[in-house]
Amino acid sequence: MTGPRSIRARLVLQLAAIAALLSLALFLSVRSVAQRAAADTQDNILAASATSIADALYSEDGKIRLELPYSALSMLGSIGQDRVFYSVSAGAEVLTGYADLPAPDRAPGGQSASFYTASYRGDDVRFAALTRSLSAAGIAQTVQITVGQTQNGLEVISSRITGRATAIGAAFFAVAVTLSLWAAQNALAPLNRLARSIDRRGPNDLRPVDTDTARELVPLVTGFNSFVSRLRAALARSEDLITEAAHRVRTPLATVRTQAEIIHRNMKQDSNRQAVRDMIRALDESSRSAGQLLDHAMVTLRTDKMERERLDLGALVRDVSDRLSPTADLKDIALDLDLPERPVLMQGDPILLQNAVHNLIDNAIKYSPSETTVTIELSAGETHRLTITDEGRGFVSTDIGDLPVRFKRGGNVGDVVGSGLGLTIASDVVQAHGGQMQLSDNSERSGACVSLFLPSG
Amino acid sequence: MRVSLLALGLSLCFSGALAFEIEATRHYAAEEPVAELRILSTADIEVFHPIILAFQARFPDRDILYDVASSAEVMRAIYDEGVTYDLVISSAMDLQIKLANDGLIQPYDSPAVQGLPDWAQWRGEVFAFTSEPAVMVVSERAFEDFDIPQNRSALISLLREAPEAFRGRIGTYDARTSGLGYLFATQDARNTETFWPLTEIMGGLGTELYCCSGAMITDVAEGRLAFAYNVLGSYANARVAQTPGLRVVELEDYVSVMLRTVVIPKTAQNAEDAGAMIDFLLSDPARDILATVGLPPIPVEQDGSAPPRTIRLGPGLLVYLDQLRREAFLRNWSGSIAQE
Repeated sequence: MTGPRSIRARLVLQLAAIAALLSLALFLSVRSVAQRAAADTQDNILAASATSIADALYSEDGKIRLELPYSALSMLGSIGQDRVFYSVSAGAEVLTGYADLPAPDRAPGGQSASFYTASYRGDDVRFAALTRSLSAAGIAQTVQITVGQTQNGLEVISSRITGRATAIGAAFFAVAVTLSLWAAQNALAPLNRLARSIDRRGPNDLRPVDTDTARELVPLVTGFNSFVSRLRAALARSEDLITEAAHRVRTPLATVRTQAEIIHRNMKQDSNRQAVRDMIRALDESSRSAGQLLDHAMVTLRTDKMERERLDLGALVRDVSDRLSPTADLKDIALDLDLPERPVLMQGDPILLQNAVHNLIDNAIKYSPSETTVTIELSAGETHRLTITDEGRGFVSTDIGDLPVRFKRGGNVGDVVGSGLGLTIASDVVQAHGGQMQLSDNSERSGACVSLFLPSG
Repeated sequence: MRVSLLALGLSLCFSGALAFEIEATRHYAAEEPVAELRILSTADIEVFHPIILAFQARFPDRDILYDVASSAEVMRAIYDEGVTYDLVISSAMDLQIKLANDGLIQPYDSPAVQGLPDWAQWRGEVFAFTSEPAVMVVSERAFEDFDIPQNRSALISLLREAPEAFRGRIGTYDARTSGLGYLFATQDARNTETFWPLTEIMGGLGTELYCCSGAMITDVAEGRLAFAYNVLGSYANARVAQTPGLRVVELEDYVSVMLRTVVIPKTAQNAEDAGAMIDFLLSDPARDILATVGLPPIPVEQDGSAPPRTIRLGPGLLVYLDQLRREAFLRNWSGSIAQE
């Protein structure tokens, strides 16, 4: 049978079961002790009554007589309203009382009374019997005195005791369960703390977990840390593979491109020239994709151990924009820069930011038709805002959430060759800097708008 | 003189086959009887008559048989002979307790008996419905020349000082034959040291012994007795109202209070109606009737305690029924009271 799937529930249930057992044991022992005490009390009163009768025996005219003391029977009326029986006999002769009282199993002897329970006149009756020696007419005689009482009063006391014992047992159980709940909660606290601290980590945070925790959790934490470091090693190997692969692809591609250019120059026929131009364009795209793969791998690796230095975002943007002007000129696209006069300072990784901005402006150029403008605006503040707007086909609004996902391409760019990594790279860099990226449609005309929000601090 | 003997003899003639002696009987027939309620009681028919009528007004389809006997005969009927009755009413508390103690009585529970104070019931089997003191009844004419004594010591002194005025003119219960008389005598012996001296003195002056309060009171009323000792106050008060020259004296040193009790024997055929009668006796209308016939109902004290000197319902009452004890007591008592 499978137990509950919760450690806390299992702990509480087990503690509650133990508490229940202990409560039961407590109830039984309280009841047994108290009932024993009550029974002893009745026995003591019966013995006292028998003794007072024995004390009232005397001999007169050679016969044994008894002046039955009033208290002998009235004291038996003190606990509850029980029926009372007695008999006084010398040998076989019954001197007074009820002649047919049941006899004890063993004849009483010695000074103290013997007690026994028997059925008499329709009820269970508790008897005390004792003997007294008396001499009458010069002969020693043994007189047996038996006093009995029904047990209704005792039963009333007994049920009252049971009620009290039940209440004690139940109260004990309730307190024990409450304390168990608290103890279980307390015991599991380190586990909750560990879970929360791991939960709080970012998606790329593969640092080892602090092993300063409860002794029982140390194996778990050590195992987790070793798993994480194996994971990081595996990830590093993947990135290495990608980088290596991209390099291996890019180098031959460059060679092919050069050769293609030469062929293009030597081509005479227009149709052949066109064909070779298409080939060159395809080669460019492949190179570009390989380049982006390399960028992406590098960005991923670098954000893990990011270097932060003070840099001027404005100067960086201008730099990147200048480097992309030849590419823009090829398509007659104007790069419109709107940057503040003063330096836009922030803490960040210049390589990563360069990469991100390069990819975004490159994207804008790629997806804009010729003779259009790409606007690059930067506004400084607590959070710097960099907006790159183009006049291309824009984003399909339903795609916007998905586009930063790796290799995801928009629904409206099927005719353009692309890797789907540009926005991913920008998004990763921005997130590593603690900022946000927003995609939207150009509000004035058709086109796309990408905004980066980067904290200045 | 021995009025009791004559009464006994008469009832012997009437009872016939039964060994125990019924003093009087009355049958209250119903129009279309559905059941019969048989009652054995020590209370006179005249006294209980209004109660029976009121009960029958509530339950018109019940036949009621009301037999009267002395407390000793009542005990004989139920204990020794097992005669079938549905309800037994007796003023001898000790005998009723013995019946219950020895297992001859069945328990009864109802809201009415739940409302009884603890001292007025025993084991849910014996229920008290009146509380009647033992008093002295005096003839004012006999005490013309004397101060009526207010306590037992004064009474003893008076009897010592003026014996001739009271010789042969004192009456009390015969403890040998009357259960109630025995109860009163033994309670006196327990409660006061003046009992035995008083008994000696009364015996020395030739006390008349009676079976019943009624006869004693009649003799005081008619001047044959100067006073009667240990008379049932309830009967006395009833007669004093009608009889000038009769006075009830509650002796100050103490007054024994007897509780008249009712039980349902195990052998009852109609326990249900017996229970209904018990409930009726404890109800307010019955309490009013009881007060008018001179049987004071159980007082409902604020704090639930018994009126002072009420004889306690409990196994203590069995002590004086012990045969050795009883023999010894009656031997002493007869020796004192019957000094012929």
